Amino acid sequence: MLHPIVKLLVQRIALGLLLLFAASALIFAGTQLLPGDVAQSILGQSATPEALANLRAELGLNDPPVQRYFNWLFSALHGDLGTALSNGEDIAQSLGKRLGNTLFLAACAAAVSVPLALILGIVSVRYRNRWPDRLISAVSLASISIPEFLIAYVLIFYVAVQLRWFPSVAMISDAMTLGQKLSAIALPVAVLTLVVLAHMMRMTRAAILNVMQSAYIETAELKGLAPIRIIARHALPNAIAPIVNVIMLNLAYLVVGVVVIEVVFVYPGMGQYLVDHVAKRDVPVVQACGLIFAAVYIGLNTVADVVSILANPRLRHPK
Amino acid sequence: MSRELEDLARRAALNLVNRRDFLGRAAALGVTAAGANALLASAVRAAGPVKGGHLKAGLQGGESTNSLDPALSASNVPFVVLRHFGETLVEVGPDNRLMPRLAEEFSSTPDAATWSFKIRKGVEFHNGKTLTAEDVLETMRRHSDENSKSGALGIMRGIKEMKASGDTFTVTLETPNADLPYLMADYHLVIQPGGGRDDPAAGVGTGPYVVEVNEPGVRHGFRRFANYWDDSRGHAETTEILVINDATARTSALQSGQVHMINRLEPKIVSLVKRVPGVQVRNVSGRGHYVFIMHCDTPPFANNDLRLALKYAINREEMVDKILRGYGGLGNDMPINAAYPLFDDTIPQRRYDPDKARFHYKKSGHDGSPIVLRTSDVAFPGAVDAAQLFQQSAAACGIPLEIKREPGDGYWSEVWNKQPFCASYWGGRPTQDQMYSTAYLSTADWNDTRFKNEEFDRLLLEARAELNEARRKELYSRMGRIVRDEGGLICPMFNDFIDATDARVQGWEKDPNGEMMNGFAMVKCWLA
Repeated sequence: MLHPIVKLLVQRIALGLLLLFAASALIFAGTQLLPGDVAQSILGQSATPEALANLRAELGLNDPPVQRYFNWLFSALHGDLGTALSNGEDIAQSLGKRLGNTLFLAACAAAVSVPLALILGIVSVRYRNRWPDRLISAVSLASISIPEFLIAYVLIFYVAVQLRWFPSVAMISDAMTLGQKLSAIALPVAVLTLVVLAHMMRMTRAAILNVMQSAYIETAELKGLAPIRIIARHALPNAIAPIVNVIMLNLAYLVVGVVVIEVVFVYPGMGQYLVDHVAKRDVPVVQACGLIFAAVYIGLNTVADVVSILANPRLRHPK
Repeated sequence: MSRELEDLARRAALNLVNRRDFLGRAAALGVTAAGANALLASAVRAAGPVKGGHLKAGLQGGESTNSLDPALSASNVPFVVLRHFGETLVEVGPDNRLMPRLAEEFSSTPDAATWSFKIRKGVEFHNGKTLTAEDVLETMRRHSDENSKSGALGIMRGIKEMKASGDTFTVTLETPNADLPYLMADYHLVIQPGGGRDDPAAGVGTGPYVVEVNEPGVRHGFRRFANYWDDSRGHAETTEILVINDATARTSALQSGQVHMINRLEPKIVSLVKRVPGVQVRNVSGRGHYVFIMHCDTPPFANNDLRLALKYAINREEMVDKILRGYGGLGNDMPINAAYPLFDDTIPQRRYDPDKARFHYKKSGHDGSPIVLRTSDVAFPGAVDAAQLFQQSAAACGIPLEIKREPGDGYWSEVWNKQPFCASYWGGRPTQDQMYSTAYLSTADWNDTRFKNEEFDRLLLEARAELNEARRKELYSRMGRIVRDEGGLICPMFNDFIDATDARVQGWEKDPNGEMMNGFAMVKCWLA
């Protein structure tokens, strides 16, 4: 007999994999619906019928779609994403580099914004409805309301052009040391932090406040514990599930949704890579990017679910 | 001018005194900062190029889909990359004259049908191989092949036969062409070892710089080629191109000193950038033009009176003023301006004339229904605004225009060259023959005005075979007048190329052939 929590976890992860499988089918089907096929996009408008037929046979485009889908999925699972139509580069290699950059930026932004959001959330609960709470709310709501490119341009103007503290071009390369890289991405990290902070901070505040109504918190207060200790030790662990959900949603956004920031700061991430290839109708690259974005999104949400399950004492300690 | 100051400027130019000291001491001698800077600049020119350093440019027009294959080069960044690592047989200089490059000299038979290029000796490829006529032949063959998908395929079509013997490369044409060397200067036709057939995207050429980093759509890095044959190019030790497609990011990268050069400065911010200390705006009038094109074979544009009515109903001065902010010249409803060799400047300039517009509109017998003009942000910068200005100036002549704004995605495949009346742009070509052959010959692929005129075609072929310049100029003048008065082209303006550099960039020259000194800015300039 399996422990019920293990069963739940296995179920949840299996569901995630099934979802990813369904997403891959949708991505493949979606790109098939586009007018013209891969052979046509390779050869362009001046393609002759013979050349088209040859290339279709060579690429296996005459096979039934279902078979092509499984061929594609099977190679993708082995790390073979094919070659780009536009410049013949190996997709896995060029995409890997871009994905690494995107994850680096997302990780740095998360390392700053997640602890900051939690601390600010706790502080605003501690000083609920007093000036620190109001100040934190006002500033973070203002920063989420301003379009991210505007914040970016303002920071570039003052911090990069006027003060020259950090570069406005966040281009990183393998030859740079970690310190140089961190300095290069300081501005995009700052903007991304401002963008995602409010959402996580507000959820932390609301979730903890919800728990603060419970009887056991009153007990803790009557015991004479310091308020900050009550929040951190007793309230936060029981409010963790909704907070983790929101954090994961924001992490997913940091990976898949930052194309505007990439353009403004000239950061070599996945977003610009995808947009360039969509413009050239480079279907294999678009499929590969779609698959990776779907995997990141589903993966992070599964992690959130797993954490919520583990954080629930009723599931951890069944009767 | 005091001797002391001149001497100081010379020493500053040679880096014996630093720039700040020089300016300070010049000020102490009672010279204004602007005067001192000008003095320093002339001293720097006199001192000659400074070797070494790391030259960086932030350029618009690079995508992750770019390749190092010269045949596939189609946007600004690959163009500048090609200028780094490769070279063509001949080049068109800033004065529009042909300059020998990998061909030491070239000549033709008296009928201009067979051209010979003598290949320069002692030129080395980056892979250590020596340049031969055979490499040239293979390169040209590859670009003539439909499968290479070369951007130069169109200009290779008129070639009947190519040969390489000894150090000479010979081209025989189907019909004579006095401009063939200009065609060989096309930037795609970079000579590659063995024609680049084994590995077209290897990035190996004879150019002044060797490719070190190639991250398409992100950055490109180069190092000076030690065995380069020409000392007058390739001054910086290393160069780097950062792809910065966002205009604001590009400008701020220049302002914050992260790059030394940028391209595509937007006309609307030029006056602001001019005020930034240490930044130099570099604009040059070129051959690129912004146009509205009508299909001469589709009603109502099949009627020449209607076409003339629309040509008289556009206010060219206003367009140059408001769309280009003065950074450009007036168009005259032909694709040619003074930047072309053999231009006839006696052709009268057409102006906004509501009376004539009304007269021709009435004569055309158009039923008064609104004429649909398609436009889009991608047609040219400010195309939507320009269409609205056109609408207003035409309305004042009693001609109703209806503006249809099309999405940018698909504009070049679905609207341009398909719809009968739309906004567009042309980058221009090095010669009149090339411009007219590309888009105004009856049989041209890109005849986007559906202009079919037998006399024009005859004149074009006659001018192409004519080696007498005075006679050619006369023929081109007649062709220009025909397009101006009968064609489907409404050309309100020629746009300037506007680049900007850090004040330390020296050796810049105005080149009407293209932006960034026709792509040569990074191989011809140096950092003082």
